Amino acid sequence: MLDRATSQAAKPGEGETRPVAFRGAGFTPRAGRVSGWIALALVIAFWQLAGSAGWVNALFLPAPSAIVVAIYKLALSGALWQHLSWSIMRIGSGWVLGTMAGVVVGFAIGLSTLARGIGITFISALFPIPKIALLPLLILWLGIGEEPKIATIALGVFFSTAISVYSGVDAVPRNLIRMAQSFNVPFHAIVTRVIWPGAMPSILAGFRITASVALLLVVSAEMIGAQYGIGAFVLQAGNLMQTDQLLAGVVILSLFGLAVGRLINWLEARLLHWR
Amino acid sequence: MDLIADHISHRFGALDVLDKVSFQVASGEVVAIVGPSGCGKSTLLSILGGLLRPSGGQAELRGAPPAGSLNPLTFVFQDFALLPWCTVAENVEFPLVHTSLNAAERRAVVDDALRRTGLSDFRGTYPKQLSGGMRQRVGIARALAVKPAILLMDEPLSALDSQTRELLMEDFIRLLADGGMAAVYVTHNLEEAVRLADRIVVLSRRPGRVREVVTIPMTRDERGGIEARGKLIGLQNELWSLIREEAIDAEREVQHA
Repeated sequence: MLDRATSQAAKPGEGETRPVAFRGAGFTPRAGRVSGWIALALVIAFWQLAGSAGWVNALFLPAPSAIVVAIYKLALSGALWQHLSWSIMRIGSGWVLGTMAGVVVGFAIGLSTLARGIGITFISALFPIPKIALLPLLILWLGIGEEPKIATIALGVFFSTAISVYSGVDAVPRNLIRMAQSFNVPFHAIVTRVIWPGAMPSILAGFRITASVALLLVVSAEMIGAQYGIGAFVLQAGNLMQTDQLLAGVVILSLFGLAVGRLINWLEARLLHWR
Repeated sequence: MDLIADHISHRFGALDVLDKVSFQVASGEVVAIVGPSGCGKSTLLSILGGLLRPSGGQAELRGAPPAGSLNPLTFVFQDFALLPWCTVAENVEFPLVHTSLNAAERRAVVDDALRRTGLSDFRGTYPKQLSGGMRQRVGIARALAVKPAILLMDEPLSALDSQTRELLMEDFIRLLADGGMAAVYVTHNLEEAVRLADRIVVLSRRPGRVREVVTIPMTRDERGGIEARGKLIGLQNELWSLIREEAIDAEREVQHA
């Protein structure tokens, strides 16, 4: 028989008791959104104060209000949309081309011994090259126009995408692939139903990186050889010492980057809800 | 359908893992494979299930699979191997999608497998929302869905706590009795082996050889009684005495590796 009791004295025995000291605090940082926005607002407020009070020369650092006015004027005149639309077209085209090629090559490297042998060698050799350095060569090959700028962006996007895709394929747990094989699931179905979703976290992380790479390269490419585009606009504003317009361009780039980041967050929430 | 291990040997590089292992699993029979750590139990199961090509010998099947069997040799994995992006029902349906079954037939098969494993209320749940025991039930439901002739179970309870192990063991006993399936059950746990198996293949330390084949002298139904439990504990102790010295040697080998 079991010796059963429904309760036990809370503090059996003699002598004074003391609580056990808590030692588990810290090392669990949490992202506080409110604190971030407050800090940003404080920095902008201080910046505005410094500009309004004349602590800094407006030529070197225009006040936030001046930047907002510059953006407003650019929007009214239509110049903002003109520059932005050219940049978006270049980023979009280059990113889509680079991503498509990167996904195909990344999957090939992830799934084929031959492709891995060849692909990793080439990627290792070519990935470290700053892609913007290839723009003059691409202009020589493709002519003066949109093609070399788009190709530069595509090249930059391609390498990062290929790396993130084959890393993602490598990271798919082998036990899932073996499970699928044990049920005689055909190769193409293992790729589409096991490897593709399994690699998706890494692919989306790669998208986040390639979006930044594309933004960086479009600005650089537009500074080298374009009449329209945010990069070209920033360069022109700098040459004319229109620092409020220059910073307006920078803010627009920042907002564009934020928008792309939000889009990727949305994609992650939709596609990786199972995590 | 019978499964035959015919002089199976395997080596990984210079490491001999299995050496001429032979035994047979008859239709409807449950055979446990036990042995010290590293003796090649899981490797042997992979070879039996066609997931690993042996260095020598071969795994063979004799006889036709039962009518309607979509995957005669079906694994139940130690780590469950569930697709985390699929719901319970989608995981169970996964091996059926590329068969000749249409959507309505697949749905019926999935419903039946979920009902048999007590998962009907969890069909839309994702694996991360389930306990270890429930995840393994999904793995079992997925295996049942393809109507296997022989289940290949690779330490299916070893990742679970003792209470969950006990509950799932009861499920295994019931499912094996209902389904008339054969099973090869790889385990470290001698208690599981004597409760579930008709025969126990004892492997030696690496390279694994068949050291002894022990027949359990009672049916699974008979093993629930108190008298039978005493006998089973005796059998368990005999098995342990067979393995103990080699398990100690294997442990030291692993530590020095």
